[in-house]
Amino acid sequence: MSPGFQGRPRSAEPALPPGQYLTQDFPVLSAGPTPRVPLETWEFVISTESGAEFRWSWDELMALPQETPAVDIHCVTRWSKRDTDWQGVSLDTLLEGIDTDARYAQAHSYGGYTTNLPLADLRGGRAWIAHRYDGGPLPAEHGGPARLLVPHLYFWKSAKWVRGIRLTTEDQPGFWETAGYHDYGDPWREQRYQGD
Amino acid sequence: MTAPLRWRVARLCERRVETPTAHTLVLEAPGWPGHLPGQHVDVRLTASDGYQAARSYSLAGPAEADRITLTVQRVPDGEVSPYLIDVYAEGDPVEVRGPVGGWFVWRPEETAPVLLVAGGSGVVPLMAMVRARRAAGSRVPFRLLYSVRTPADVFYADELRRRVRDDLGLDVAYVYTREAPQDWRGEPHRIGLADVNSHGWPPELEPLCYVCGPTGFVETVADLLVGLGHQSRRVKTERFGPTG
Repeated sequence: MSPGFQGRPRSAEPALPPGQYLTQDFPVLSAGPTPRVPLETWEFVISTESGAEFRWSWDELMALPQETPAVDIHCVTRWSKRDTDWQGVSLDTLLEGIDTDARYAQAHSYGGYTTNLPLADLRGGRAWIAHRYDGGPLPAEHGGPARLLVPHLYFWKSAKWVRGIRLTTEDQPGFWETAGYHDYGDPWREQRYQGD
Repeated sequence: MTAPLRWRVARLCERRVETPTAHTLVLEAPGWPGHLPGQHVDVRLTASDGYQAARSYSLAGPAEADRITLTVQRVPDGEVSPYLIDVYAEGDPVEVRGPVGGWFVWRPEETAPVLLVAGGSGVVPLMAMVRARRAAGSRVPFRLLYSVRTPADVFYADELRRRVRDDLGLDVAYVYTREAPQDWRGEPHRIGLADVNSHGWPPELEPLCYVCGPTGFVETVADLLVGLGHQSRRVKTERFGPTG
């Protein structure tokens, strides 16, 4: 016990994942300079374990059915943010008709960032390529023009500046996962670091 | 699968006042496994009803004899930092877990020149690198560019003066944003191209650049470095926003 520590008044609101606290602003965390990606050259590529590639330009992405998820997000550095407003394309839409036996996905970004997750976690209406936030274009520091949005995992899995997803038969840990962070990252099970 | 990082009990053994709003805490952490400069530690507090709150703090120096050093800046309306500054007393327990983070680190065997750019309390992990360089007897050229509001807000002021005198190959330059000392050239200003250009290394030398501070500061400096021709992958950043 910490003598004299009271903490904030406990709120009656719906619970946050363990160890998280609410924030109103939107902190920025990234490992390097913010990449600036022009829309004219932007592309998103899904590649399968057999080497097949599926590409979308910006205009092609915009022409796909759009969804507007309003979701809570949870950063491993312990802030959570409620009811964030996004617009984007569901990974279900993008993966439709792609023939794969892969069980894993590795997202990769402009700027070189990578993160891994089970392919199943990108399906079932739980993941999007998001390009609008809070009514406007997604700002570059938050991953614009487009980022992965996987709100049921810690937010480092929601790769900013996303450029593509490789579908693989073997799990390939990404940038933070090889730097000591958890392979899966479920906030409700507090999977922050390797071995949690 | 790696063994889980476990929580261990540490106790406060020394407190140093850096500024009116920032204290350095030296914790006795038996069994601490050691760490690299730039890594951080999670600190967890427990209230009498069992409620817990944890935050991450950068380690301010290398571990010595199971001791770890943090510098905590008070966050207005924060939950953890005001406790650590105002209430937490010598001998009191606190739980720590770490070290964490394997990217924003400097390894003493590195040979490339190093540029450290600090905004406010962002100097903490960078000071760990300055101290580790000294501890390892490294002669790698280091430059620290430290942006701070006023001279009274400088962390580690005496030690930095001493190190510039004693640690060969270490330069420290300041940018004051609100109020500058009399012997400083220029008017207070936010960090800009001229500061980074004058006090950094040319990109041809392929320095490692570490930038730590508030989000806007880090965005500005990282963009300037890339604009000057530094390769993005050699510019490592750590941004912080308000956390309690």
